[in-house]
Formats: sequence, C-alpha cells, structure tokens
Amino acid sequence: MSETTHDGTVAVTAAPSPDEGLTAAELAAKYGLSVSGARPSLGSYVRQLWGRRHFILAFSQAKLTAQYSQAKLGQLWQVATPLLNAAVYFLIFGLILHAGRGMSKDVYIPFLVTGVFVFTFTQSSVMSGVRAISGNLGLVRALHFPRASLPVSFSLQQLQQLLFSMIVLFVVAIGFGSYPSPSWLLIVPVLALQFLFNTGLAMIVARMGAKTPDLAQLMPFLLRTWMYASGVMFSITKMLEGRPEWIARLLQVNPAAVYMDLVRFALIDGYGASNLPPHVWAIALFWAVAVFAGGFVYFWKAEERYGRG
Amino acid sequence: MAEQNSEYGVDPRPTVIADDLHIVYRVNGAKTGKGSATAALSRILKRGEERGVRKVHAVRGVSFVARRGEAIGLIGSNGSGKSTLLRAIAGLLPPEKGKVYTDGQPSLLGVNAALMNDLTGERNVILGGLAMGMSREQVKERYQGIVDFSGINEKGDFITLPMRTYSSGMAARLRFSIAAAKDHDVLMIDEALATGDRKFQKRSEQRIRELRKEAGTVFLVSHNNKSIRDTCNRVLWLERGELRMDGPTEEVLKEYEKFTGK
Repeated sequence: MSETTHDGTVAVTAAPSPDEGLTAAELAAKYGLSVSGARPSLGSYVRQLWGRRHFILAFSQAKLTAQYSQAKLGQLWQVATPLLNAAVYFLIFGLILHAGRGMSKDVYIPFLVTGVFVFTFTQSSVMSGVRAISGNLGLVRALHFPRASLPVSFSLQQLQQLLFSMIVLFVVAIGFGSYPSPSWLLIVPVLALQFLFNTGLAMIVARMGAKTPDLAQLMPFLLRTWMYASGVMFSITKMLEGRPEWIARLLQVNPAAVYMDLVRFALIDGYGASNLPPHVWAIALFWAVAVFAGGFVYFWKAEERYGRG
Repeated sequence: MAEQNSEYGVDPRPTVIADDLHIVYRVNGAKTGKGSATAALSRILKRGEERGVRKVHAVRGVSFVARRGEAIGLIGSNGSGKSTLLRAIAGLLPPEKGKVYTDGQPSLLGVNAALMNDLTGERNVILGGLAMGMSREQVKERYQGIVDFSGINEKGDFITLPMRTYSSGMAARLRFSIAAAKDHDVLMIDEALATGDRKFQKRSEQRIRELRKEAGTVFLVSHNNKSIRDTCNRVLWLERGELRMDGPTEEVLKEYEKFTGK
C-alpha cells in the first residue's frame, strides 16, 4: 500500500488524478492559489482597509473607553487630563517664566491652552503609533486584517480624545473674552488636515517601531524637542525678534506650528493674521497630503513583515 | 501524495500546497547568552557578519498538498516544527527556501493568540468578528451563537467582564469560538483545544467536522492522539523539522505510537 520515497517520506499511493505530474507551482496556478503572506497591491490594500472601516472605528472607541476603565473617576478623566495639562503649563510658563512676552493675559492663556491641546493631538498619535504594531502582536498574529487598521485606529482614538479637549478649550476661550464667531468654523478643516498628517506620521513610526521597538523609549525625547521648537508656549516671531527672519520662518512652517497657529487664529480674537507665515493654508494642506500619502505607502511596503519573527 | 476520503467527499481542489519548505529562525543575541547592557552595546558595535545571531533550522524541506474537506492532524514531539509550519502556512513567517501556496487567507488559532485583555469579552467578540472581515450585521447575527458556543456565560455573566479577569481556559474557549464563527477555507488550530474542558472539546471537535463538511481544510496540532483520531482523516508526522510520514490517520498513528513507545 505504501512506498518509501527518496527523502524517507512514506507516501500513500493515490488514485490517478488529472493533476498527476504537475509541479507545485503549476498546481497552484491551475486552482488559483496564491503565495501565502504575499503583500497585496496598493489598490487592493486600500479596498481591504476600507472593508475594515467598521473595525477601525469600533476598535478606536473601545480603546478610548478602556483607557480609563481602571480609574475610579472613569470617563471624567477624558476632560480632566487636558485641563490639568493646561494648568501645569500655565503655572510654569505663564506665572513663573512669563513666556507671554507682552501678550495680554486674555490672549496668552487661550494661546497656551490651544498650543498644548493641538500639539498633544500629534504627540499622542505618534506615541500610540510607535506601539501600534509592536504593542499588539497578539492581535496581529491571531487575526488577519490589513495592518494599517491599527495606526489609523489609534489616530482616530486621539481625534476623539481631542474632541473632549476642545470642549475645555472653548470654555477657556470664552472665559478670556473670545466669543464664538464664524471664524471658529475654520477649526474643522484645520483639525481634519492635522488628523491626516498625524495618521501618516503614525504609520511611519508604526513601521519603524515594529522593526525597532526601542524607538518607543526614544520617542518622548524627540517629541519634547519638537514641542519646544514649535512655539507651544511662546510666540515664535516674538521670541526670535532681532534674529535673521529665516529662522523664524523655518520654525513657523513646521507642521506642528502651522496647525497650532491656524487653530489660534481661528479661535482667539486678539491673535491676527500677522502671526501666520505666508501661504499658511497651502503649507497645511501640503503637510497633510504629503505625510499621509507617503506614510501610507511606506507602511504598506512592509505589510507582509509585521508580526513575524 | 494525497489520499482520497469518500466519507466527507474530499474534492480534488487543493487549498494548501507546500513546496520544499524551509524555515530558519534568527535569534538575536543568543550566542553570548549575556543580556547585560554592555553585551548589547558590543553586539551593536561589532555588526559585521551577523554576529551573535543564531540560526535555528526549524522546518527542513516539507512538501505536501492539502485539499478541500480534509482534516489534517500534525503530530511529532515537542520542538519538531509543528507550530512553525502552521505559522508559515498562515503567512506569518517568511520561508527561507521553497514556497507555500494557499487558497484565500488561512487563519491560525494558537494558544498565545491574545485578543484585547483590557476589553470585555463582549467587545472582543464584536471586534474579533469585525477584524476577520464580517459586517456589523453578521457580527450581530452570530454574537449569541459565539457566546453560547464558548460556554463563557454558563457560570454567570462573564461576557461583560474584561478578558483579563478570565481564566486561561475561558480565554482560550472564547478565542476559539470567535475564530470558528467564520467559515474559513483553511483553519489551523494549534493546541488551542487542550485548555478547554471535556465538554468544550466535544463541541469544538463537532465544529471542526462541520468546517470540513463546508469544504474547508482544517489543520490540528495536538498531543492528544484520541482527539486526532476523532477528527482527522489524514496525519502529517514531523520529526526534527522533516516530514517523517504522511498518510491516513490510523496508519501514521500506529507508527507514531510504536516510535514513542506507547
């Protein structure tokens, strides 16, 4: 009934079949089998990702509520955390260091709070992006889904978190004399562009973090440097008065500064267009599209390698 | 190579083809055995020709063809390459040499496949279903079936508790129930049934037979020869990464039991 083949395997004689004599590759081609774990084309990857949109949304919401599930105050921390954050920066930079430099209190406090919240949006998207793959290996190894779902979902979680911060921000703005006006509506496109930018960045660091988990240790330092260079707690133009103009311009066109300044411009009455670099909307759009598209392609290129080893 | 089994009507369409498959693991820093900071630093500095990287040749030239309607048991002693082979079929490990062809995306269900521990069992069922590509309606429709199958709620309302509060057996049962809820072309089960109790094992063996009838292919790694006899019609015997035997369950198990001295 059985015979021993050259490599010691005992093969069972099978009934003659029409596939007899085909090589593995020919057999695979005949029945439409594909190489396991191969990366899908960019187009079909986008379609797969779109197919998982419910998963992405549900996952981000679940993560958001799970975040404070072990705390006694529960979801109250969604609002309390940004509020405390702003209070600490106000204590240090507003009261002790006087980083306002001639800005009136009515402008400086909303200026600072906006800066902190908008930068935190990017900062936490990057931080969760670094761990998006390396921190969810169990999920990645257990189930098959386009891996970009994870960084996208984490950025979406941060967007929802930001909406809570925005409530705090509106209260602060009104408290310091900036009342709701049509210009507030500009916040929506700004945050949409920033969300695209953040997602792109999260995908870039997700791929890097998947290969080198050590990046999660390094990231806080890079992000803090970025924060201090972006004028979160001071006005770039005022701080660099008397220096060559190109230094200020360079700092102003960095994406974090662009999105922060646009939200401040939209929100605060005493913060006029003179504080914005030229072509600011074009720059905001450029960063969003370039980083999102670039990040997506960069992430996709390693799709077949996530969760291995 | 492949034998036919009329009982379940094995149809000749292949679902998995492994062609002279070799898998090599690379383990970082296993050579020096020192985990200290200075050892790590010198490893980085001494780059060169992959110093400190040890290679483990886990699968050596395995070839087989699996067809629709087959349930294939994988046996062999610990460390013989069974789990590695399954992970390669699932596309989670890149082959060093050779290729694996599959029909659709095989799903691997292992003991360590953790879902999201900080979320409730309920959330995990929904998210797991959505991640596998079900629509919201499908998940809603099958939700009760998944929970009933897992038997999580038999001893109280556990499904609304976070998964970190589950015992390892409960978590494994829920994971299996989620994965088994979808009709897979190829489902691979890596000792995931060993943690469940006898009642659950019976239910899952029944589910494996159903999946076979729906013309899927099931791979089962188990050290329990009885559960292989009950569910599989074909067995692959791996030893030291090589395919030692491939044939009908009884024939291979008899040889294997002789080998292990049972």
